[in-house]
This record gives sequence, C-alpha cells and structure tokens, in this order.
Amino acid sequence: MIELVKENFDEEVLNHQGVVFVDFWSPKCGPCMELMPEIEAFAAKNEGKAKFCKLDTAGNKRLAISQKVMGLPTMVFYKNGEKVQVYDADSINIDTMQAKLEELIG
Amino acid sequence: MSEIYDILVVGGGPGGLSAGIYGSRARLKTAVIEKGRAGGQAATTTEMENYPGSFGEVSGPGLMDDFAAHAEHFGTKILKGLVTDVDLKGDIKKVTCKSGEVYQAYSVILSPGAEPRTLNIKGEGKLRGKGVSYCATCDADFFEELDVVVVGNGDAAIEEAMFLTRFANEVTIIVIHDEGILDCNKASAEKAFENPKLKWVWNSVLEEIVGDELVEEVVIKNIKTGELTNKEVNGVFFFVGTVPKTEFLKGKVELDERGYIVTNELMETNVEGVYAVGDAIVKYLRQVVTAAADGAIASVAAEKYLAEKEYFREKVLEAKTPVLLAFWAPQVEKSLTSISVLESVVEEMAGKVSLSKVDTYRNKKTSDAYNVTEIPTVLLFNKGEVIDRIEGDFTADDVKKLIAKA
Ligand SMILES: Cc1cc2nc3c(=O)[nH]c(=O)nc-3n(C[C@H](O)[C@H](O)[C@H](O)COP(=O)(O)OP(=O)(O)OC[C@H]3O[C@@H](n4cnc5c(N)ncnc54)[C@H](O)[C@@H]3O)c2cc1C
Repeated sequence: MIELVKENFDEEVLNHQGVVFVDFWSPKCGPCMELMPEIEAFAAKNEGKAKFCKLDTAGNKRLAISQKVMGLPTMVFYKNGEKVQVYDADSINIDTMQAKLEELIG
Repeated sequence: MSEIYDILVVGGGPGGLSAGIYGSRARLKTAVIEKGRAGGQAATTTEMENYPGSFGEVSGPGLMDDFAAHAEHFGTKILKGLVTDVDLKGDIKKVTCKSGEVYQAYSVILSPGAEPRTLNIKGEGKLRGKGVSYCATCDADFFEELDVVVVGNGDAAIEEAMFLTRFANEVTIIVIHDEGILDCNKASAEKAFENPKLKWVWNSVLEEIVGDELVEEVVIKNIKTGELTNKEVNGVFFFVGTVPKTEFLKGKVELDERGYIVTNELMETNVEGVYAVGDAIVKYLRQVVTAAADGAIASVAAEKYLAEKEYFREKVLEAKTPVLLAFWAPQVEKSLTSISVLESVVEEMAGKVSLSKVDTYRNKKTSDAYNVTEIPTVLLFNKGEVIDRIEGDFTADDVKKLIAKA
C-alpha cells in the first residue's frame, strides 16, 4: 500500500484518474491496528483493480481534517479525485467494501 | 475442527486473558478467540490509574499487552476470529466464527465485554468519525488546539476528559446533574475540578450535533429550564456507559432484560460447563480488576468441573463392572444410613460391582442431569447406561435385587 503524506496526497489521490482506497489510521488507534492485517489482505487481493493507500494521521493531521476525517479508523474510496464513499469505525466491513469496490470499477 | 480445547474463551479483554492465564497454568489446553487486537476496552484508554500495582507510566494498551503476553507465556493460544454462533449444549461445546471456522471445547468461558452506548442524538450517527468519537486515545490528536465537549460524568467520562485537555484547547463537560455532582470517583472529581482547561455545563444534556461534513456546533439543553444553547465545537466525545456485546448469545445462555449474562458466584451460567466473566455479566462494578478476578474464578471453576467430569467418565461411564451411583448429602441423616447399606453390599459382592457417590448439594448439576429429586437415590450403571434406580430408603435386599438387573 502506498504511504500518503501531504507531499504526495494530491498526486496519488486527488489528481488520479480511477479508484483510490485510503485507510486513515494511526499507531495509537487500537482498532486501526486490529484492522490493518485485514485491510492489507484486502489491498493485496484486489491489487491492480484500484490504488490502495494508507495515511498515518499522526503526522498528517491537517491533511486528514482537510479530507473531513476527524476520527479513526476511517476508510475512504475516491474516484477520479472525488470522495465517493466513507466508512467509519461502525460501518467498516470488508465484504461491503469489496462490493463497493466492484461497483466503482465495474 | 479436530482439536478439542479444555477451555475456550470467547473475547480477549482483561477478563478473557485472565481466564487464559489461570487455565493454562492449570495445564489445561486453553485458547482465547478474539476478533481484533487482544485487550478489549481497557486497550482504548491511556488513563489507567486504578489497576492495583500499575500507576504512573502504565497505560491501558501497555497493561493489556502485558496481560496477553502473560497468557501466551503460559501456553494460552490467542486465535483470531469473530464468534457468531455457539452451540453450548452437551459435553462438547462448539463455537463458530464468521470465517466458518468451528472450534470445540469441553468448557467455554464467555468474555465478550461491552461497547460504548450510543444515545442516537440527532447528528450523532452521521458525524461519527467526523468529530463524534467514543475513543479519546484514538482521536485526541485531531483536536489539538480545538474545542470539544464530553458527554457523561462517570469514571470513564471524567478521566477521558482530563486526557483530552492535554490536546484540546477547551474541554466542556456536559453533566445532567446539579452543579458539583459527578458520578465518578472522588479522586478523579477533585482532580477534574482543579483542571483549568475543563469547563462545566450543569443540569444539561446534548440535544443535537450540527455539522455538514464535520462537527460545527452542538445544541445543549438545560433540563431544569428547557433552555437551548448553541455552542461552537469541533468534537463531541461520548462516555455514557456501555452495552453488553451479547447479541450472539440470545437463547443460548440466560441473559437479563438488558442483555447481561446471568452468573452465580462461580461465574457459572445456566448451562453446564459454560461460564461468563467481565463487563458482559450482571455485576456491581465493571472494571479491569473485577474482570480479571472473574476470569480467575471462572477458570478455576472450569478446572474443577472438568476434573469432576473426567472422574465421572472414568469411574462411572467407562467402568468395567456395573456401578452403583449413590446420591446423598451429608446433611440428610437417612442418606448416611443408606450409604452404609450400599458399602456393605458392595463389599459382599467383592469386586463385581463398585460404588460412586455424588453429594447432591455440591454437585447439583449431576443430580439434575439424572433427574434426582429425592435423597437418597441410587442408580445402577452398566457400560455407561442407567439400568434402573431406587428412589428413597432401601434395604440391602433391595440393592441386591437392583444389582441383579445389570
Ligand atoms: C474509555 C474507557 C476507560 C476505562 N477506564 C478504565 C480504568 O481506568 N480502569 C478500569 O479498571 N477500567 C476502565 N474501563 C473499564 C474496563 O475497560 C472494562 O471493565 C474491561 O475492559 C472489561 O473487560 P472484559 O474482558 O469484560 O471486556 P472487554 O474489555 O470489553 O473485552 C471484550 C473483548 O471481547 C472481544 N469480543 C467481543 N465479542 C466477540 C466475539 N463475538 N468474537 C470474538 N471476540 C469478541 C472484543 O473484541 C474485546 O476485545 C474503561 C472503559 C472505557 C470504555
């Protein structure tokens, strides 16, 4: 997964034509650490279908807030630079995210 | 699905991990199934000041890593899985995970804990992750130099609010009670009242959270006057208690009307060989120290249960000769007489039949399993089957007639 920081965020996400998945996380967030292996497996399984990124909010707080993310964990799908779907701690679910991915690239 | 665990623990919070430590130290084959990272709710709080022996630098996640390492050190297996179904009846219990994986065990300790209660205030669901939070440790960073409100006034609310003052510009606590009254412990209350970054709104509740993409303001309602006040904030933290995560146990073990598992002092549920511990059970104090204590009790009780089962299997069900199983109680005078009748008959038969005793008061489950309602009662077993029984007083001749049926 591509590590996002403020220097590459625009290029990798906002200016990208296609589907981008971003995992907003931080090492202090227990639930994020729990999810990480599943998210990495999700990314690996779908390699090539979309771009998979993660953003450590610890050093990139303003960047996260600019994306209207103020809570962890949060997962976001972008398509052609537009935010199209947001999952919060309650709604993150690999199966629904897989379905969404298929729909977005379909 | 081949392995059968002695103790299978569902949930790897402090209650489950403590059960793991005691189970594996008793040299029982013990595993803990945890859906996420071990540690449970206790791993979501930085402020952990009341677990005996740990204060100062110890944080919730740190303490929980130690619990998990301790359990693994003595041989507890920590398995990853979300338990979605359980089959607790019978001698071999089955636990099914969302992945389809099925685990088997002779005893099960349920330790699913609890999760934050949501109030379903207008805006709460929509703005979750966008300024609405239930985990200060996870999200505090976002609110550096910003303003937040905290809803709640119990231990968790006040302690997490103090933690938030290290990050936020201003932390306002919305308290439903009259000025000066908090539900939290006195030490935390004193500390909180001295903290200049904490502001208080008394006699009030949160009416609404307003924001388009992020939290922008909240509407606070004074419950005495009905007055509504708007306050610009960037974050709302809820600590208004928890609800037990026992949905998957409905109809499997006895739950109270709020969903908490009902146990006795041995942490036994109403199902034989099934125990429950921690925040998910009906109890007075839900803390790490009490969850850990429950876990210790449950594992020791399970160990005893397994030993009794084993003894019963060996001495009664798998015995080579017919067995007389006597249900008695030291308190019941006439059952003492009947035991001596049985002992003399068995001695006379010189090895053709053996005698086992069940103290009905101590081992109610075995008595119930064989529908024993009267003391004394004697059952004749042969090759694991009940051949016949005598209920109430009997003579040596009655016993000999019974044995003749084997
Ligand atoms: C913000 C906050 C601050 C707190 N501060 C303190 C404090 O300072 N001191 C203190 O003593 N206590 C504190 N507590 C309370 C303490 O955390 C709990 O009492 C304790 O964690 C309960 O332990 P438990 O093992 O019963 O359950 P939990 O800690 O809730 O753990 C249950 C575990 O089971 C797992 N699980 C649940 N269902 C399933 C399933 N179906 N399949 C697989 N796994 C499952 C969960 O993922 C979780 O890890 C605090 C709680 C909160 C929320």
